[in-house]
Amino acid sequence: MTPWMKPASAACLLILAACAQPAPPAQQVYDPYANSGSGALYQGDLAGGTLGAEASAQYFGQQVGDTVLFPSGQTALTPDARAVLTRQAEWLNKHGNFSAVLQGHAEETGTREYNLALGARRASAVQEYLIAQGVGSDRIRTLSFGKERPAETCSDEACYAKNRRVVTVVSETGAGS
Amino acid sequence: MLRTLTFALALGLTTAPFTALPALAQDGPLRIEITDGVVEPMPIAIPAFFGDDEVARKVRDVVASDLTGTGLFREIPADAQIARPDSFSDAIAYEDWRAINAQALVTAEVTQSGEDISVKFRLFDVFAGQPQGDGMQFDARAGDWRRAAHKIADQIYSRLTGEAPYFDSRVAFVQETGPKNARIKRIGVMDYDGANTLWMTDSSSLVLAPQFSPDGRSLLYVSYDSGFPQIRVMDVASVSSRPLTQSGDSMAFAPRYSPDGRWVVYSLENGGNTDIYLMDAATGAQRALTDAPSIETSPSFSPDGKRIVFESDRSGTPQLYIVGLEGGEPTRISFGDGRYGSPAWSPKGDMIAYTHQVGEKFHIGVMRTDGSDEKNLTESFLDEGPTWAPNGRVVMFTRVTPGGNGQPRLHSVDITGRNMRPLDLDFAASDPSWGPLMP
Repeated sequence: MTPWMKPASAACLLILAACAQPAPPAQQVYDPYANSGSGALYQGDLAGGTLGAEASAQYFGQQVGDTVLFPSGQTALTPDARAVLTRQAEWLNKHGNFSAVLQGHAEETGTREYNLALGARRASAVQEYLIAQGVGSDRIRTLSFGKERPAETCSDEACYAKNRRVVTVVSETGAGS
Repeated sequence: MLRTLTFALALGLTTAPFTALPALAQDGPLRIEITDGVVEPMPIAIPAFFGDDEVARKVRDVVASDLTGTGLFREIPADAQIARPDSFSDAIAYEDWRAINAQALVTAEVTQSGEDISVKFRLFDVFAGQPQGDGMQFDARAGDWRRAAHKIADQIYSRLTGEAPYFDSRVAFVQETGPKNARIKRIGVMDYDGANTLWMTDSSSLVLAPQFSPDGRSLLYVSYDSGFPQIRVMDVASVSSRPLTQSGDSMAFAPRYSPDGRWVVYSLENGGNTDIYLMDAATGAQRALTDAPSIETSPSFSPDGKRIVFESDRSGTPQLYIVGLEGGEPTRISFGDGRYGSPAWSPKGDMIAYTHQVGEKFHIGVMRTDGSDEKNLTESFLDEGPTWAPNGRVVMFTRVTPGGNGQPRLHSVDITGRNMRPLDLDFAASDPSWGPLMP
């Protein structure tokens, strides 16, 4: 395992507190009947004061984790990426009134056009995984920014590792589902 | 007396078409030869142009700048010139120019009447003691004085090198402003030397990689204005654009025109896989040229319009391949260490320039179209995206400096790799596309 794949998952890059717990955030629901039972129907967690509602892009970005990372030149999903995407799929399956745009990115080495294609391949790998997890394909679009929008700007592996990514941007479609 | 200065313009290789030339030079016209020798620029005298006018000075300076900017010529300073003629029609005192070792001499006269200027020039072979070719006159609108200067410099360059000219041409590019993680990009068009910038797009949406049409009248480029990358066409004169592709959920990018302007070859992404497509620019009808699960992108037409060189990672790493317009199995042409990308087929047809990544360094390189005689011309942290001058003897490319404050700058280099220089621009720029020689 390469160093940058260690528990510093995407979510904990954003929230230091979460870094101590690589496990999914506390809001995960494991009760398989949570959304289908007739007794007490789960209606969502009580959000912490500054976190925003669970059905929000902010919550998705901070608590679910909106970013997965890729090894250099690779487009296959790592185990860490799959863990994040499993949470994303659960969230998307629960919040059917949100759609997602998967933004693929590449590090600055490599030519501009190849990196556009590489980012598209990464976004597609994420899309396939989310669809396999039950998210409707009509709710997901992909695009690539290639190397145009780095998350970090230094020119060494520490930054490149964070720039080889797919960011899932969710937005409310309004109509619900 | 050494009349012929050798200058390496080939690849440091067995250049059969060139090796026969030096012997001719003793008897032929004054000529900078193209061999793999080298070395010294030809001394040329360009005394003040006649015409007692600011325009005459400016035109002369552009002519001198064009010629010395090639690295092929060295200008003899004005204070060394002891035999300047008194008028444009004066006899030339060749002995006095020989005494200061001027090999070529340019005289010119600039006249202005109202909104029009007229520029006459003559070129002299000093040691032969005779004019080299006929004198010529160029008329232009006063506002186009730079074009008149480029035309004269083009004539001189062609007569002295035997190569096609390239100074009177334009370059499309992307200006970059703002921080590295939120770059603002807009497309501009400028003279090849960085003058007369015109802006084609505003900074409202991300734009990439403009590509001049063969007639120089339009640009293909990639725009994110719909939120998703698609190809647009810009009419340069009217600065108006329209979408060329509207591919729904698919990304369309990396467009290039065919040499006759009829076709557009580009990359189309579908479900994460990128292949190369050919589109009839007039009808929009299209078909796939490649069909592989790997990435195929950065296509570039051969000048005869029959083949395309492109970048593909079908072997595991990005390499260069050539495929005919009828499709079929592509032929790999790059076999060296590292990764090869963004190929550009020379308008002369003899070479392909490309981006070459080896280890942690990037190079602009050239090879023959069968992949032989590969040579890196440059080396830096990140050099990328060569585009050919109209005569196929110079390439322009993007050099990016590393780090959070890194910036892209346009540079040019000749195919010897000897005359690498940055363009004199007061802004950061990338993705050059060198347009045709202008009529």
